[in-house]
Amino acid sequence: MDIFLNAIFSVAYLKGAGISVALATLCQVLAVILGFFLTLMRVSKNKILSAISGIYIWFFRAIPALLLLMIFWFSIPEIFPLFRQHWYSPFIAAMLGFAVLEAAYMAEILRAALISVDEGQPLAARALGMTPSQVMRKVTLPQLIRIAIPPTANEYIGMIKYTSLATVISLQELLTTAGNGVNKTFRYSEYYAAAGVYYLLMVSILMFVQSRIERKFAWISITSKESQKAKR
Amino acid sequence: MNLVEVHKLHKHYGSNHILKGVNLDVKMGDVKAILGPSGSGKSTLLRLIALLEPIDQGSIRVDGIVLARNEDGHRKRHHEKDLAILRRGIGMVFQKFNLFPHLNAIDNVALALTTVKKIDHRNALDRSAEMLKRVGLSDRMSFFPSELSGGQQQRVAIARALVLEPKLMLFDEPTSALDPELVREVLNVIEQLAADGMTMLIVTHEVGFARKIANEVVMFDEGEIVETGTPEEIFTNAQHPRTRKFLEHVL
Ligand SMILES: Nc1ncnc2c1ncn2[C@@H]1O[C@H](COP(=O)(O)OP(=O)(O)O)[C@@H](O)[C@H]1O
Ligand SMILES: [Mg+2]
Repeated sequence: MDIFLNAIFSVAYLKGAGISVALATLCQVLAVILGFFLTLMRVSKNKILSAISGIYIWFFRAIPALLLLMIFWFSIPEIFPLFRQHWYSPFIAAMLGFAVLEAAYMAEILRAALISVDEGQPLAARALGMTPSQVMRKVTLPQLIRIAIPPTANEYIGMIKYTSLATVISLQELLTTAGNGVNKTFRYSEYYAAAGVYYLLMVSILMFVQSRIERKFAWISITSKESQKAKR
Repeated sequence: MNLVEVHKLHKHYGSNHILKGVNLDVKMGDVKAILGPSGSGKSTLLRLIALLEPIDQGSIRVDGIVLARNEDGHRKRHHEKDLAILRRGIGMVFQKFNLFPHLNAIDNVALALTTVKKIDHRNALDRSAEMLKRVGLSDRMSFFPSELSGGQQQRVAIARALVLEPKLMLFDEPTSALDPELVREVLNVIEQLAADGMTMLIVTHEVGFARKIANEVVMFDEGEIVETGTPEEIFTNAQHPRTRKFLEHVL
């Protein structure tokens, strides 16, 4: 029990969890941005752009995350000298690998969200004289975001757990930290349980944040928000 | 002076020939009611006049400017950005309201003012409030579309189109999606507009309403104008058998 508590309150665990969250957050943000452009390409009238995006999505949905991690850490520096330098750390490699992979999934989520925005919405916006980019920014995007929040939050939570895969390229994230403790003492349960507690905690915080964001996107006036609260 | 001139207009969707050479002139101050069975192409015609879709053949002029024309097979390309500017002069109201669900009533009205006309937010809100007052919704300005009845939503949609001060208003079955008891409040707003001299094209099944406010009734069927006339002529003395058959259904 002491080992378990010591692990939970140790700097190493906190740091490991910090690395996991930082890595997952950066990956997810990059993946959302890249995925959004992939979606725009996918639905564009330009057949070449659409095909490139389609091939990208097909390819990265097929490749296992672990394999991609290996490729980014071992193969890419072998092929490109640029990636043999000091800055290319396990963190950067994991970030790029996961982001590139996750972008394919985000592209699918965002495309589904885009399709489910009622086509009367851009039509009404265009009828008011908005330009295509205004239609996208002011009308389509807010509605797309609302639809995409739950599946994206799901991906983000998955990403927190995926970061544990980076233990194979010896990134000092949470699971590697737990492994270090195990290797020194051969006390499996305590160290792994402590890691489990951290994952539970991280995901709980994310779920809380998600529900706050979803409430922001309820699209009801303050008065009726209050009356709904009152009903509860 | 003709505000709108539609000349030999054709439109296809894939292999379906939807509009088959429509000719229609609208003078300043005209209120024309378009009647016709569902699927005959009325909404398509309005969308083309609103410059929301490319035409296949023929021409549409609005306010003297040839906005879309195609003769001898050449397709004149219009850039979406240029069309966007021309569309400001035309207001359109849809059967399903199409209010922006993420904005409350006043922001729905103000959005085009701030984005399209680049009016500062404060002024835009003032003008939008004024417009909502005109459609009788002063007490609903901060309500979101999901919190409004169908009739209220449609009145917000009318205010949203009117705030840009269009020369022409297009109504596509503005009351067809409404519960019967909510139809009147919307028709009242449109009738007031007509009394103020707004030029309007209204697709509607409300025969009594058409009779009251239209100076011309256009009978539309299978992508063509079958017959036009004053409400009196069409409703009491229709010439074309297809008009008579349609009126038997709705009257
Ligand atoms: N965007 C579209 N793509 C393909 N077909 C369409 C589209 N819009 C309308 N149509 C078809 O065009 C015909 C006329 O439709 P519409 O103009 O909506 O008729 P109305 O408004 O008179 O009921 C219908 O058969 C409809 O299925
Ligand atoms: Mg229709």
